[in-house]
Amino acid sequence: MRAFSVSDLNSALRAHLEEDGLFFDLWLLAEVVEFRRYSSGHCYFTLKDEQASIRAVLWRSAAERLARLPANGEAVLAHGRVGFYEARGEVQFVVDQIVPAGEGLLNAQLEQLRARLEAEGLFDERRKRSLPPLPRRIGIVTSLQAAALQDMLTIFRRRYPLAEIVVSPCLVQGELAPASIVAALRRVYAEPVDLVIVARGGGASEDLAAFNDEQVVRAVAASPVPIITGVGHETDTTLVDAVADLRAPTPSAAAEVAAPAVVDLRQRVAELRDRAAGAIMARIEEQRRAVDQQVTLLRRNHPRRHLDAARQTVDELDRRASRAFERWLALAQTRLQGLQARLSTLSPQATLARGYAIAQRTGGQVVTDPAQVQAGEQLQLTVRAGTLLVAVEDANE
Amino acid sequence: MSEPTAVEQYETLLAELQAVVERLERGELSLAEALHLYERGAELAAACQRLLDTAELRVRQLDSA
Repeated sequence: MRAFSVSDLNSALRAHLEEDGLFFDLWLLAEVVEFRRYSSGHCYFTLKDEQASIRAVLWRSAAERLARLPANGEAVLAHGRVGFYEARGEVQFVVDQIVPAGEGLLNAQLEQLRARLEAEGLFDERRKRSLPPLPRRIGIVTSLQAAALQDMLTIFRRRYPLAEIVVSPCLVQGELAPASIVAALRRVYAEPVDLVIVARGGGASEDLAAFNDEQVVRAVAASPVPIITGVGHETDTTLVDAVADLRAPTPSAAAEVAAPAVVDLRQRVAELRDRAAGAIMARIEEQRRAVDQQVTLLRRNHPRRHLDAARQTVDELDRRASRAFERWLALAQTRLQGLQARLSTLSPQATLARGYAIAQRTGGQVVTDPAQVQAGEQLQLTVRAGTLLVAVEDANE
Repeated sequence: MSEPTAVEQYETLLAELQAVVERLERGELSLAEALHLYERGAELAAACQRLLDTAELRVRQLDSA
């Protein structure tokens, strides 16, 4: 016979309980009693039903992830594993999730997961990225069997045939779906895509369970590029929707929002073309105005315009000249009349009329000095009314 | 690595067209230069439209193994 130490026994019991995996991943439906939270943050309590009870522990790390702690007397669903506390030889249930039992197991699990992911900040609006304006390669993670893929491809052919679609097939329902979706996501992440769509046609809400699976949700959240979900019908919301950058209600809607329509791209080209045409028309108009201006300038400087100007000057000078001549002529005439008047006062006739006489020698020489004549010489004496022949008696003065 | 998609070609053409329009609108060019540039813009616009008219969706499927 061989004697074991208590330590040996408890160590072996612990190994037996904890290492064969039998009591891992269990859900217990139970009532909570003797609930105590220690200052360390760990919680100790008992889970019991009518016939039996088991000690339970909720470590601080797990307790902090719960939306709320259980209360004494509350019926709960507790998830965890069986552990063995060697120091006291006690079996205990190590709880990692605990929810009120009333809501149904699936819902409760989902709410727990939702609360946990939310607490991690995975649903944070600040995490949401905007979609690429012109996606080049779009990854689609979906089933090849469903109509959803063909619907999406039809929409891309019609609206946005410029892109390359990289289809990463997966199972979308059943037990293997979560792992299949995660693998399909990883394969498409390795491609040079700039946008990913995770899609699943409508189905009963339990068929959408894979899209509430924690691993799937985390894989979607970890997308290196913006990711759109189009899972189920309008009314279904899954956890992948909450972590995606954009949630579309259906696969078709996801394809619609993923890219602009080719008509919009045509419009953009047409707008640029119109702007180019507008700019060149403006440029030509500007040039035309410049030419018009040159023509005006040219006209203004044409040689004929100089001639005209010269002619005008000449005409003007001409006018001024003739005016001056006329003035001169008038002046000359006035002067002439004056001269004539003066002349007439000087004429011998006027002098003769006053009683004077002109003495002339036979040759016509006017006698102004007695020395001109000799005694006995005949002189012609002109008086006002006629002439006299007179003889000189004495030529002395 | 995959060959360029029609999107990349469209982006390249559109970026050049955009640059042409902006240069034309700045209006610092001689008329001859502007006309030359406008012709280039018209070509680019036509090439863009042709690309949009003739593009066909490329679909590639990954192995699910």
